[in-house]
Amino acid sequence: MSKRRSAALTGAQGVSLAQKLLRERLCHQKLPDQPVGLDSQYKHMLELLRRTAVHGESNSVLIVGPRGSGKTMLLGCVLRELMSLREVQKNVLLVELNGLLQTDDKIALKEITRQLHLENVVGDKVFGSFAENLAFLLEALKKGDKSSSRPVLFVLDEFDLFAHHKNQTLLYNLLDVSQSAQTPVAVVGLTCRLDVLELLEKRVKSRFSHRQIHLFSSLSFSQYVDVVRAQLSLPPDFPDPKFSDEWNHSVTKLCDDKTVEEILRRNFNGSKDFRSLHSLLFLAVSRVSVSHSTLREADLIEACRLISADSKANVLHGLSILELCLIIAMKHLNDTYDGEPFNFQMVHNEFKKFIQRKSHSIHKFEKPVVMKAFEHLLQLELVRPVDSGVCKVQREYQLMRLMLEHGQVMEALQKYPQCPTDVKQWALSAFG
Amino acid sequence: MSVTLQCPGYPEDTLRSLADRLPCRETQLKSLLSLMGQPDQYSYPSFFIYGHRATGKSHVVLSIMKDLELPHASVDCVECVSSGLLFHQVLSAFFGPDAAALLPRCPSLSDFVRLYKQMSSNSPATQTRYIILDRAERMRDMDFSLLPALLRLQELVNDNVTVILLSEIVWEKFRPNTGCFEPLLFHFPDYSKVELVQILSWDHHPSYTPELYASYINILLGVFFSVCRDLRELRHLAALNFSKFCEPLEKGEAKESDIHKLWKNIEPHLQRAMQTVYLREVSSVQWEQQQMDEKEATTLRVLSAHAHIELPYYSKFLLIAAYLASFNPARTDRRFFLKSHGKIRKTNFLKKHEKTSNHLLGPKPFPLDRLMAIFYSVVDSRVAPTASIFSQISSLVTLQLLSQVGHDDQLDSPKYKCSVSLDFILAISRTVGFDVVKYLYDFL
Repeated sequence: MSKRRSAALTGAQGVSLAQKLLRERLCHQKLPDQPVGLDSQYKHMLELLRRTAVHGESNSVLIVGPRGSGKTMLLGCVLRELMSLREVQKNVLLVELNGLLQTDDKIALKEITRQLHLENVVGDKVFGSFAENLAFLLEALKKGDKSSSRPVLFVLDEFDLFAHHKNQTLLYNLLDVSQSAQTPVAVVGLTCRLDVLELLEKRVKSRFSHRQIHLFSSLSFSQYVDVVRAQLSLPPDFPDPKFSDEWNHSVTKLCDDKTVEEILRRNFNGSKDFRSLHSLLFLAVSRVSVSHSTLREADLIEACRLISADSKANVLHGLSILELCLIIAMKHLNDTYDGEPFNFQMVHNEFKKFIQRKSHSIHKFEKPVVMKAFEHLLQLELVRPVDSGVCKVQREYQLMRLMLEHGQVMEALQKYPQCPTDVKQWALSAFG
Repeated sequence: MSVTLQCPGYPEDTLRSLADRLPCRETQLKSLLSLMGQPDQYSYPSFFIYGHRATGKSHVVLSIMKDLELPHASVDCVECVSSGLLFHQVLSAFFGPDAAALLPRCPSLSDFVRLYKQMSSNSPATQTRYIILDRAERMRDMDFSLLPALLRLQELVNDNVTVILLSEIVWEKFRPNTGCFEPLLFHFPDYSKVELVQILSWDHHPSYTPELYASYINILLGVFFSVCRDLRELRHLAALNFSKFCEPLEKGEAKESDIHKLWKNIEPHLQRAMQTVYLREVSSVQWEQQQMDEKEATTLRVLSAHAHIELPYYSKFLLIAAYLASFNPARTDRRFFLKSHGKIRKTNFLKKHEKTSNHLLGPKPFPLDRLMAIFYSVVDSRVAPTASIFSQISSLVTLQLLSQVGHDDQLDSPKYKCSVSLDFILAISRTVGFDVVKYLYDFL
């Protein structure tokens, strides 16, 4: 009975199952079975960590790559593989630190103690120096196992942030241990900064093994499309084979489509990282519902439109006419004075000239009303004060800069609903 | 409603009532729901929702959360002066006050993530948990690592959690310089004029027909729409001025169909409202009282008319001297303040393009010596440079009528700027019988 039901899911269930699976893949960054296009790095990494785990060799390595290039994914895959070895599994201790969370060395040390389950050992003891504390930690590790010391893997995510700690004490001590002490230690740093070695102090740098693994995407476009197809396809063990066949077929068809290819090409030219691809695919997948249960070309087009929307244009669209006029006045000031900063008084003057000479559609506004509009622009950060000495100058004399491009203003004006003609003409005229 | 809402995993009648309560936001509601997915599915780690003030960002999001009974923690970033308060609110919303009590006194982000992990391993999320951060632009002023960490919180705590940031400001202004996990951007567009009429007509007065109220709203928007699109502000103005609009009806001077007559009655009133109530020159209570008493709207002293300040005699002259020093170029001092200033070529003086430019550019800094020199020349009687004169200068600075420029030397030739307006200085000089305009280079 139950088997028959699982074989033939209703449409709604199929969609929701597929959604669940794909969402987990796209949002939760579920580890893939095998990293794509990173074979050599994967092998290198695995071999290195295996040597630490099995032979007790101390190592240090940096994984460097731009955001979304799969650093964490690579490390996750390597660790998964490593932990599946039986002799490693019960022997290795893993300590994961993140530069965002452990913002100074004291917190980091506490976290290390916690992750090594040593709180009860350290207890209330007060240590003189940081290094003493760390040495004690590693000492305790040694004593913990009778036969030999257990290797420790330190994973430092956002490695560059650790380099900003005072004196780089943690890094110095970790790398020093990896150089001298007997406890086998592997220090793996993940960072997106290419110049990370320049951030290190000389003594820290000299203790680092200078082993770096770079992850730069070398995907060609056809491989990229393959990745898209693989990301979107349902796995063979999907409970409803009929639905998954239909779905996979539609995905293959989709990837061959000309417009879809164009969208993917544009995305590919924008950046090769997987995160931006994931957000695009996520938007497309979230539009799938019971009424249309397969991925269509329109979904991808809509997703692309959402992703590539200019947010400043969206903000400009919602401004009132008065605020728009002020922006045009600022644009004129920028044109005439060659990008020099301006103050409210000048903008108001420019606006007054326009009202007196040209406008029929806009009635005269009092100065405080204009000021209120100007302050709204300031709040939206479309204009920015040049220096932040806020209370020292009167509001109307504070120097400002416009944070918009010439083209953005003109484009916003074209799209503005029911824009008065004389305002448009004023914006187009070169001289105020 | 034209758009039928159907989202699997959520009760349908709740969705319908939700859509009814959120007019003109059906499309946003629908796409938000589809982005959030079914409650047990993973959602994207972070959303960034932006749009103008009063476009219903937090209202829509919070209504979704409340009506569909999703586990959520809503935090206003303005209230969180330290990140500890934020952690406290989030933990107590998800795991009860006991969990929040476990936080140490000055919790770091690490403590928060550790506790969160610990708690969520005890009670793992069956539904997506949402953290809603209102006015997220304040997050940038907090710890540098807070925003990037929250954006990838799902990965850090390994729980089904989604962070929703709400802000008026675009995402480009948030991005830290080393980059971060990019959230999904979602825009709430502004209301068009038609939509504003539709929404504002919702709260019509029970004793009048909805059509009358709609036409009132149309008149109101006719005055205010080019200045203000803030729904909250417009709604407030609509509520304030409606009684005035209905006055002719109550007196029996006009019928409901006499829209033109009603318009003629209300239009100047609304124009006055823009100059007073809209700028908060007159408080709403005062404005209503005024309508009751049927006084002329301008008779009331507005807030900015209180600018007159009573100052000592020498302080007045010091301020006038400071104003002259700030707005006149130093090379013209000889001409204005010296009795025998020698020959001055008129043509040099009145360069066309320089005219009125000083009042555009704002006050210039001047040294103390120049201020004293102008002061002595302006004051008729002989004044000794006593301690009281100098203490008056420094007390003018604390009153923020003057401001000191560059704090490097307090005693040795400090520089000042005058920070009062022309109207203010005109009023002051009138009380001491001094004609400032004659001495201002801009008005020569």
